[in-house]
Amino acid sequence: MQHQDPGTRKLVTVVCEAALEETLLKDLEALGARGYTVTDARGKGSRGRRNATWGPLANIRIEVLCDEATAGAICEALRTRYYDDYSMVLFVSDVEVLRPGKF
Amino acid sequence: MSIFEPVVLFFLFGACAGFVRSDLRIPGVLYESLSIYLLLAIGLKGGVELARHPLGAVAFPAAVVVAAAALIPLVAYPVLRRIGGLSRADAGSMAGHYGSVSVVTFAVCMTYLARLGQEAEGYMTVLLVLLEFPALVIGVLLARRGEPGTPWGKVMHEVLAGKSIVLLVGGLAIGWSAGPDGIAPLDRLFFDLFKGVLAFFLLEMGLVTASRFEDLRRSGLFIVLFATLMPLASAGLGLVTGSFLGLSVGGVTALATLYASASYIAAPAAMRLAVPQANPALSIGAALGITFPFNLLLGIPLYHELAQRFAQ
Repeated sequence: MQHQDPGTRKLVTVVCEAALEETLLKDLEALGARGYTVTDARGKGSRGRRNATWGPLANIRIEVLCDEATAGAICEALRTRYYDDYSMVLFVSDVEVLRPGKF
Repeated sequence: MSIFEPVVLFFLFGACAGFVRSDLRIPGVLYESLSIYLLLAIGLKGGVELARHPLGAVAFPAAVVVAAAALIPLVAYPVLRRIGGLSRADAGSMAGHYGSVSVVTFAVCMTYLARLGQEAEGYMTVLLVLLEFPALVIGVLLARRGEPGTPWGKVMHEVLAGKSIVLLVGGLAIGWSAGPDGIAPLDRLFFDLFKGVLAFFLLEMGLVTASRFEDLRRSGLFIVLFATLMPLASAGLGLVTGSFLGLSVGGVTALATLYASASYIAAPAAMRLAVPQANPALSIGAALGITFPFNLLLGIPLYHELAQRFAQ
């Protein structure tokens, strides 16, 4: 593993259709995420406009704070499992956290 | 008397508001609350009616209705595949949507019949519950023939433990065990207010339907034809099955409406998990964008008209 600043972690953000929520959260835990935050989301992308209210069109946004290795594993797994068939956007950013031991 | 059932006007109003791109939006929490209320109230009403019949009398018609309903996805699939040229995944998913039922269409049909004083047999709600999921299983089997790896556990959980089945069955059980007298103190909330809440809900459905029109333009003429002709064929099956069972005019109308309706809430959720390759915009666009308004505006009055002739 690359050297990591003591307070720097990766923030993985996944925006996807709400139908995937349960499946994805199980995947994330299995891949080593110690926690996550889920929010309702709406917006527009290559698969059309999505609102937060109506079941089949609902979107969610999942955020995970984790170390670099876990972030890599999450990206790889989600890309191979879901990118072809589901509406999903995934991006990773560096963030400073106050309690690195937690993530 | 206006030609439409008044609650249908709320649907048209919602659709118009959607077309003029009004910023009117029903908040998500309210939509959820309204749908919980409607499902529970439909279940309760069904349960109370069911308490008036011996349960054994329901078994035979229920078995016939469910068996005949299996024809709908089995006929829809080859039509979608051969004439429409849809992929196996899309055809299977769409067949599942059309074989399953729409609770809101059923609710509008019941208020339509109540207004005419021709209520259907009390066990219609049981049929509604029983018709929701078998077609989804058939649709998934058609879409994934021979392919391993269908997450059946997840799919069946999504359908059977999904909010709509849970609330309908819970309401049925409470209504049945409490009976008409036991439920009487709740009448105001669950029965008197029902139509008003349904109106609110249809307003939201109008807004959602308007937002789906974009998908329809992309899906082409075949889908538009399928979404109007398929409900007519299914309603025909309902008319025949209903009169074979000797149902009342109200009962035949309700059964034709159940068969004609297409699911746009339970089916998309289940198909998304079971058949990810299927394009959800296609089936939701057809079921919600065309078939749902078609049944509301033209279908229900037409099926009622035909039921009057068939049931005699």
